[in-house]
Amino acid sequence: MKKTHAKLAVCILAAAVAAGCAAVIGGPDADQVAADMVKTGFRSEGIAKIDRVTTIDETLKVCNAADVAGKPLEAALAKRIEEANLKSIKWPSDGKFLGDWKQGEQIAQSGRGQTWTDTAGSANGGNCYNCHQIAKEEISFGTIGPSLYNYGKIRGISDPNSAAAKPIVEYTWGKIWNAKAYNACSNMPRSGHMGNLNEQQVRHIMALLLDPASPVNK
Amino acid sequence: MRTSKIALAIALAGVAAGVAAQKSATQAIDEYRAMLADGNPADLFEAKGESLWKQKRGPKSASLEACDLGKGPGVVKGAFVELPRYFADTGKVQDLETRLITCMERLQGFNAAEIAKTPFGKGEMANVTALATFVAAESKGLPFNLPQAHPQEKTFYEAGKRLFFMRGGTHDFSCATCHGEDGKRIRLQDLPNLTKNPGDGVGFAAWPAYRVSNGQMWSMQLRLNDCYRQQRFPYPEFGSDALTALSTYLGVNAKGAKSAAPAIKR
Repeated sequence: MKKTHAKLAVCILAAAVAAGCAAVIGGPDADQVAADMVKTGFRSEGIAKIDRVTTIDETLKVCNAADVAGKPLEAALAKRIEEANLKSIKWPSDGKFLGDWKQGEQIAQSGRGQTWTDTAGSANGGNCYNCHQIAKEEISFGTIGPSLYNYGKIRGISDPNSAAAKPIVEYTWGKIWNAKAYNACSNMPRSGHMGNLNEQQVRHIMALLLDPASPVNK
Repeated sequence: MRTSKIALAIALAGVAAGVAAQKSATQAIDEYRAMLADGNPADLFEAKGESLWKQKRGPKSASLEACDLGKGPGVVKGAFVELPRYFADTGKVQDLETRLITCMERLQGFNAAEIAKTPFGKGEMANVTALATFVAAESKGLPFNLPQAHPQEKTFYEAGKRLFFMRGGTHDFSCATCHGEDGKRIRLQDLPNLTKNPGDGVGFAAWPAYRVSNGQMWSMQLRLNDCYRQQRFPYPEFGSDALTALSTYLGVNAKGAKSAAPAIKR
């Protein structure tokens, strides 16, 4: 009884400051408060426009809500999100999946691009080493993602152009283009889908991971 | 002397392979930090902040010595580890920097909105950073204990949690992408898990800090600003409720952790 009173009092107080009662206990109103804070708390600066946080897609919306709740997505929802992302993947226009691993290594090393201090049209990096081990020679790598050292070798790719290699080659392209196609709430950026890397850059990273001549597979 | 030690550490790291190599390199960076901590240039900003606090300045020619940072007018010790908190006189949850600017406006007659628009490291904003460094230093070693009694403080925590987990930008990153798990790194930089208590002197408990890499004193507002830049987000407004809410989430999570601010960072 007493508790109810106290709770009610808090709710009235909270409502008075326009925060809403549910916000206090973490209901949908807290979502609204946060959304309003985002609208007024950020501004467009250079190429980094406000819509990057105000108009996020359904994939991000459901994953964000799941993280706040501390629960993974329901299996059916995750499947639907993954299928939608899979459909959006743009496959290589000429059917050629692999480029030059040396250029791929440079793209993997670069963490540049897309911030408000970058200019439009400047070459973006892949940010790969920030999160992944890739070539053995590079010891400064992150651990947010799994190690990709020996990526092709471990998967038995001796000829990336062979029919046997096709499933792995396609999966790898898809994962780089849109990682959410295989894991709805993956931490990995959707590099092709979001326009961070172009088709040619993705080919080069593909070569870094899958070309038997790449240091990754030595 | 310093250079040779670092060179040796890097050479050693280069010889060893795999995980062992990264540990050596991380240790080398730790040693490097320990050497730097001997003479943390943050001391200079702390001294500057202390003199700014006592100095009669602004259109009203007043000092900040009557500024209420949450523990009563003029009480500096222990204030930092209880911020952000709700202030009845402004009717807002405020962090250290926005509260300092409120005091600069009310006591000294400065224009708060103008200061908030001033770039980091320039004009009065540079003074705000020095003042924040001084105030934080007065709470060094004290445990974080942000109040959560006021409904707005709770609301800010809940909203801050949502901001922390908000994926966005061109890379789908959220704060949690890097700071949501134990024992992760970007390149060789260790990342504290800020969804829970990261421990003494880490994460929220380490800023303001002096950054050796660019020779600047970084306030918490600047630290969060640069996180968002690297997340490829739009620009977070200085002193916005969004940043205060995020700081509330981080600060409440850090409960009991001892402040190391002002720290030194590579």
